[in-house]
Amino acid sequence: MKDVKCECGHVNPHGTILCEACGRILEEHEREKQLVDMRYEGSARRSQTYNKTIVDKIWNFFSSVKVGVWLIVITLIASALGTIFPQEMYIPPVMPAEVYYEDQYGWLGKLYYELGFHNLYSSWWYLLLVASIGISLVICSLDRVIPLYRALKAQRVTRHEGFLKRQRLFGISAAENLEESYEKVKEKLREKRYHIREEDGNILAEKGRFSRWGPYVNHIGLIIFLIGGMLRFVPGMYVDEVMWIREGETKVIPETDGEYYLKNDQFILEVYDKNKDKEVFSEAIENSGMVAKNFQSDVTLYKKKGDSIAGEKPELEKVKDDEIRVNEPLRFENFALYQSTYKLNELNKMTFALTNKQTNEEFGMLTVDLNDPKEKYDLGNGYSVEVVSYFPDFEFDESGEPVTKSRIPNNPAFVFKMLTPDKPEGEVSFVAIRQTIEPFGDNTYKMAFKGIDTKNVSGLTVRKDLTLWIISLGGLIFMIGVAQGSYWNHRRIWIRKVNDEVWVAGHTNKNWHGLKREISIILENTGINEPEDQVQNENKESGGS
Amino acid sequence: MVTLSGNLLYASFFLYLVATVLFAGSIKDKKGKSAEKGPNKWAKLALITTIVGFASQLGYFITRWIAAGHAPVSNLFEFTTFFGMSLVGAFIVIYFIYKTPMLGLFTLPVAILMIAYASMFPREITPLIPALQSDWLHIHVTTAAVGQAILAISFAAGLIYLIKAIDQSKSSKKTFWLEAIMFGLVCTLGFVIVSSTFSAMDYKAEFNWIDKTGTEAKLEYHMPALVGPHKGELLTAEKFEPIVEVPAIINAKKLNTVIWSIASGIILYLLLRLILRKRIGAALQPIVKNINLDLVDEIGYRSVLIGFPIFTLGALIFAMIWAQIAWTRFWGWDPKEVWALITFLFYAAFLHLRLSKGWHGEKSAWLAVIGFVIMMFNLVAVNLVLAGLHSYAGS
Ligand code: HEM
Repeated sequence: MKDVKCECGHVNPHGTILCEACGRILEEHEREKQLVDMRYEGSARRSQTYNKTIVDKIWNFFSSVKVGVWLIVITLIASALGTIFPQEMYIPPVMPAEVYYEDQYGWLGKLYYELGFHNLYSSWWYLLLVASIGISLVICSLDRVIPLYRALKAQRVTRHEGFLKRQRLFGISAAENLEESYEKVKEKLREKRYHIREEDGNILAEKGRFSRWGPYVNHIGLIIFLIGGMLRFVPGMYVDEVMWIREGETKVIPETDGEYYLKNDQFILEVYDKNKDKEVFSEAIENSGMVAKNFQSDVTLYKKKGDSIAGEKPELEKVKDDEIRVNEPLRFENFALYQSTYKLNELNKMTFALTNKQTNEEFGMLTVDLNDPKEKYDLGNGYSVEVVSYFPDFEFDESGEPVTKSRIPNNPAFVFKMLTPDKPEGEVSFVAIRQTIEPFGDNTYKMAFKGIDTKNVSGLTVRKDLTLWIISLGGLIFMIGVAQGSYWNHRRIWIRKVNDEVWVAGHTNKNWHGLKREISIILENTGINEPEDQVQNENKESGGS
Repeated sequence: MVTLSGNLLYASFFLYLVATVLFAGSIKDKKGKSAEKGPNKWAKLALITTIVGFASQLGYFITRWIAAGHAPVSNLFEFTTFFGMSLVGAFIVIYFIYKTPMLGLFTLPVAILMIAYASMFPREITPLIPALQSDWLHIHVTTAAVGQAILAISFAAGLIYLIKAIDQSKSSKKTFWLEAIMFGLVCTLGFVIVSSTFSAMDYKAEFNWIDKTGTEAKLEYHMPALVGPHKGELLTAEKFEPIVEVPAIINAKKLNTVIWSIASGIILYLLLRLILRKRIGAALQPIVKNINLDLVDEIGYRSVLIGFPIFTLGALIFAMIWAQIAWTRFWGWDPKEVWALITFLFYAAFLHLRLSKGWHGEKSAWLAVIGFVIMMFNLVAVNLVLAGLHSYAGS
């Protein structure tokens, strides 16, 4: 397409409405308007100029603010829908989601589940919405920022009369003592930190132009943020594991390639104490019963030394001792370990005494480590006990056979074989909590329960997130951009001599009240009249306000 | 210290009331005179009273902080009070820019209602559970509240705009919705009156009921139970027997409170209509007749522009930093988080709509009202109904 050459000599791209240099109106139909449309300086935007090919159409679709707002509003409504019932990740794991929603919320819950709202934020259509906002952000910014940049760069001090006349703030004064007034005005403009340019006795005073880039900076920030969010799905960038570790136990930390080990020395749970903690808390403590004060795991971090052969116990080197609390994770390399949950008093050891049922005479004690039972316990004097089977989390299955639900010793049961001098073949006994079965008839001996030993278990979250810095960068740039665009305005004041008159026009991208006040201070006692607000006049004339 | 703190809060509450009256006076006084001359004596006095009230509330905040050992923004009472205080603070700042007493007349009552509402929740100082023991919590909550308070100024400006601009000579959709906003404010007042009355009477009625897992539980009402819990059985003698009973998945006690608030709101509203003999919006219209609509529109827009970055920083960025530390991830789609995002998106949409001409003025004012409704929803409904990790578990 052809470029447009303005009378002032400046060559504008096709589609320009106001000459980039002098502001002359290049579009016929704009001339009839009382005020010029100053958005993007009347520059030539691709979306307003071309509409032929499919690329043009897509470009125009995504560069439209109207479309952008719709996308934002639809995302907003969709997000709200996701909060009606809890998302799947927040429902208690007592039953499958399929059942849970109907069970808890009736047919509405069922509908919610069937529409997929229980996992709304990772649904394809939600992600598509967010992606569309991202695309729209890129296209709408490109569509505007380049022409805007060109126009602001090319602008000349002397503006076309038609341009000045059609500014929202515009006024004409008779020119007397112009030299003197000009000096005063310039002085005051400088005081107000305007950047002043002069040409043929005309003035362009400008400040805060950089604020015009604010929206584009913040959009870039948003895009970076979204890209950071997407990287989450790249393998290796993100780790989210739970690690259960008992007191006294040393375990390899998942996802560290067997490099790091952790020992849990102790888990501590503290609650607020009416008598010991601040007195002002006592009322609250009384009302709510128990208030947790601290969850803490005292741990030691180890690093593997050298290469170890599979199966062999690795040699560990201590890295550091640490206390992991809520809000105070343990950090190493790119990992962080968080105190996220715990289990108190998990069964750890059980103690039995081999006892003669008739005489109650005991022939020695044995303590079974429930996480690592031995095969045989020798009690001396010819007495010993074999562990034939062990069910850490015992129940009877449908056919009545003992099975274990898990490897966690929630409900331990054993099949013991008791070997004694008088019963060298051994007697078999099935022992569970509060339950003993003697499958092969009456025994002489029994395993008498003597006591248990419990331990606390810490639930730690193992987290690695290599996207954090990108996300933070995006957030930072976004904040800089919004602050830039919100807390500064781009203000321009044009002063031009036209024959025997002084024409003053003012423009700001926002906060007209502030500009008006500023101009009134600047022009005070200079003999130049304050320009009038043509928008308000217009409203008054049409009886609007 | 705690007593002093409480008294300072009472004092500020009282001072805000006085300031509202003074602001009203300043507008009356202006009648007939030019509106351009700047604030009159009444307005100056009103402003000073507001500032003293604000200082007093700041005193409450600081003394309570010292007493508790942590910033008092950790339960619903404290947070809402802080919101009210920020609203007054935001108003003072905006007042210095635009010098419009009218804004005070509309902002202060909102702040007063908010503080009164806050006081209906348990007021004792609570110790912090482990997740809340972080400086980031305080940074996040205070910044978010300040941001919301500044955004709320646009609500006050929007109200002024609508009251002036809407044609009250015939009833229309617009007059209906404006009255709906008024009714919402009246209901809040109703809630405050009803709950403080029953709490002054020390009303307590205990129920046995069956919860949704089928287990028996106890529940204590502090207002007469119009709506009883599932299979409820009144234990306290000589108390009001429920009229209806709701299924177990509905929280009967909260529903009961809502019904009481709405019922008292209706009565109050009808009373007002009877006294005024016209819509509340119509009754307020003469008060705002001298205000310049363009100026009010700009105040509304400006406060969104000032508030939006602060809100984003506090409610999203600081929130994410804290969530990353406390909950291992910066974002988890918790209802409270989602509603902060919704608020953010809403005001982003607002700012974009302002780019096109047709959305200035009245439409903008409606948007400001909707924005405020979203924020209040986040404060009230999300905390009390859509319980998530954030929920302060108010009763
Ligand atoms: C959630 C997503 C978005 C956020 C948070 C956001 C934020 C912002 C902010 C804060 C401004 C500055 C407003 C002002 O200072 O008045 C702005 C301006 C703008 N935004 Fe967005 N935006 C988003 C999405 C979009 C989309 C999808 C579009 C595309 C259609 C878009 C187009 C624009 C335009 C054209 C401007 C004005 C630029 C100018 O004045 O030079 N924005 N945006």
